[in-house]
Amino acid sequence: MRFVQNLPFISIILTLFSGSLSSIISGKWAKRLNLFVIAAVTVMSAAVLLFVLGTGESYVYMMGHFPAPWGNEIRIGVLEGIMAVFFCVVMLLCMLGGGREQEAEIEAGKLNLYYIMVNLLLCSLLALIYTNDLFTAYVFVEINTISACGLIMIKQNGRTIVAATRYMIMSLLGSGMLLLGICFLYDLTGHLLMSNIKEQVHILSETGQYHIPLLVSVGLMSVGLAIKSALFPFHSWLPDAYGYSTVSSAAILSSLVSKGYIFLLVKIFYRVAGFDIITDSKVVNILFVFGICGMIMGSVSAIKENNIRRMIAFSSVAQIGYIYMGFGIATEMGVIASLYHIFSHAATKSLLFISASGITDASGDSTNFFDLTGAGYRNKLAGVAFTAGSLSMVGFPIFSGFISKILFAQAAVDGTWKMLPTMSALAISTILNAVYFMKTVIRLYTPEKKAVIRAKKFRTIPAGECPAKSIALVCFIILNLILGLCSEPIVGLIRQGLEMFA
Amino acid sequence: MSRKISNEKYKKTFSYHMKQWFTGEKDPFLDSVEMKPQKEFAETKEEKSRRIQEKEQMMDWIYSGERNRELRAFRKAYHVISVLFCICLVAVLLIAVSYLPPFGNAGNPVNNEVPQRYIESGLQETGAVNIVTGMILDYRAFDTLGESHVLFIATCTVLILLRVDGDKKKRKEAEVDDRLYEPKNDVILQTVARILVPPIIIFGIYVILCGHLGPGGGFSGGAVIGAGLILYLNAFGFAKTERFFTAKTYKVMCFVALGCYCLAKSYSFYTGANHLESMISLGTPGAILSSGLILILNICVGIVVAGTMYTFYVMFRKGGY
Repeated sequence: MRFVQNLPFISIILTLFSGSLSSIISGKWAKRLNLFVIAAVTVMSAAVLLFVLGTGESYVYMMGHFPAPWGNEIRIGVLEGIMAVFFCVVMLLCMLGGGREQEAEIEAGKLNLYYIMVNLLLCSLLALIYTNDLFTAYVFVEINTISACGLIMIKQNGRTIVAATRYMIMSLLGSGMLLLGICFLYDLTGHLLMSNIKEQVHILSETGQYHIPLLVSVGLMSVGLAIKSALFPFHSWLPDAYGYSTVSSAAILSSLVSKGYIFLLVKIFYRVAGFDIITDSKVVNILFVFGICGMIMGSVSAIKENNIRRMIAFSSVAQIGYIYMGFGIATEMGVIASLYHIFSHAATKSLLFISASGITDASGDSTNFFDLTGAGYRNKLAGVAFTAGSLSMVGFPIFSGFISKILFAQAAVDGTWKMLPTMSALAISTILNAVYFMKTVIRLYTPEKKAVIRAKKFRTIPAGECPAKSIALVCFIILNLILGLCSEPIVGLIRQGLEMFA
Repeated sequence: MSRKISNEKYKKTFSYHMKQWFTGEKDPFLDSVEMKPQKEFAETKEEKSRRIQEKEQMMDWIYSGERNRELRAFRKAYHVISVLFCICLVAVLLIAVSYLPPFGNAGNPVNNEVPQRYIESGLQETGAVNIVTGMILDYRAFDTLGESHVLFIATCTVLILLRVDGDKKKRKEAEVDDRLYEPKNDVILQTVARILVPPIIIFGIYVILCGHLGPGGGFSGGAVIGAGLILYLNAFGFAKTERFFTAKTYKVMCFVALGCYCLAKSYSFYTGANHLESMISLGTPGAILSSGLILILNICVGIVVAGTMYTFYVMFRKGGY
């Protein structure tokens, strides 16, 4: 076994260890440690990805001295590798971009607790990406949930605590459903390892045994994870949680935490149950309907909103709807489009959150829509970044959002009755997106009267004032352009990864 | 310029005044109307309290169930729908359960090669007489590693939520508040605690140390020790426990325990995955120093669990610690 194959395991252990190490060092050092760990894990994941691309097949890594059905194992293929690299990059940029707010908004004595949360969150995401065992996945879902709660309420005002409570309740409901689903599946198959469950499920579906509990278990797991990733009717916790927490928390929560659950769902579809069994059961149709409702209702709520952070949060509901609609189409193309949209949305949404924080800085820390007039002139880089993010969300060519919309449309053309609803939902949703994002951009570039600026004491913020944030914004724009311009190889990688995945 | 009227006449016309006002050369109200800068917004305490009261009243008015018909309808619908939802969920789950394989049947899918190996060769492979301990700390040690971090992170979240720090005045207030509800030199409680606490903690240590030999282990033993600490705290007050157990102690203890767990397990994961021979011998099954890493891992888990229980209690009792 080559040394490079050990790196996924080392990156999981490193993030775990840095979590407990952060508790005893000061906040400043915890911050440095955190950035170092994320960067190191990025490099390691990239090395693993290159290795897997070189060999062209996924490999299994045994966690301990005992082989799979008895011990734990992780499994690494192209899709896992590319997810891990991307998640690490986005997380690094989010932490960089929100660095100043973290110091300002978090009590000094609790700063290192914040970095414990971030480190363990990264660890749980990596474990969710790599694991090949359903119960391990559940354990790390727990860590993920609790650390996400911590991330929300680290900035302590009444609203974040209410938001964290809501998040906790909804998320625990989802965890409970997931656990019930796993229990059912264990009772029917006698295994917790994904590959073994799949074999057993195939036998069961051929003989037609235990049809109802199998269906219920798949349904429970899908609905549980849908609740946790804020699919439309279960999104009530989302706007407050994203709208009032500190910037990097909001960016990480919207772009990574919910995506981790979605990736677990893909894993359950492909590796646990088998995609044909999932498509035969009607579970995907439910996801399809709710995805489409989410696309439209999320945008409608965003239009009504006049707090910029909450508006971006509601836009997340719509984008999560897109991803579930892609699963609902239930073709390989649909899943590829959804996976691509995970990347595209993660890059764009964190860009929007961080640039929104730059814009509100230039508007006297007010998130209210009416104070943002002309903010694009007062903080030029944030204005440009927000415009780029908005264009990407609306689906303007050369940005990543355009490619994911094209992929969804292509997936829908493949036939079946789902074509018409998908196409019309895409069209309506794009128009609605344009309404609220362009409304914001126009407001950003409408000059404000000098007297008002003086009266409200708005500052002009040059790009050099907070270099870390500027770097993060520029990197996010570049990431968006890369996703938009070089979509072909990335889609190829996703396709290759998906073939290896099952 | 070609003007039909003279300049002086023009200055009296309406259009000239209009132009002047428009360009801002002359303010028609200047000098003709008395002007004062606006007063600073100031209100007395009474006015302020009245304003706040009025606002609250308004909110009460809006959100009272009696007046707001929409809200009333929503609440009713909410109750009905939530009850219906629960009934549906329960029905679905009950139906699904009724189709599951019968409980305890030998032919069930769960009785396959996995538990068979745990039972038949667990003792040789892990060196632990207690199969459950062997399973959670050796076969599936990665899950348990995650699980102990769940406890750690839960404590950290409670610290974020409830810890009062920085502001000394606030801390003092919280402390005074708590002292009010604390038993003060309760002779019965103190005597009982003096008798009970040492055996409880010793029993907890025994349960941890013998986790690989019989029923017990880190999770249960840690909980017993945590309970002992809480009893001691209740009897003798915070001042005494603070001498040996503070938030700093908890963090250092947790770091040492979790760090040990991480390092020990990394070694075994690394050797296992690379098919290297592990240097750790399993010893004679049944002896206290046996079963390789399991004893160390049990101690680590025990420390984390005991610290977590105690910290939860302290945090809910008072902000600082």
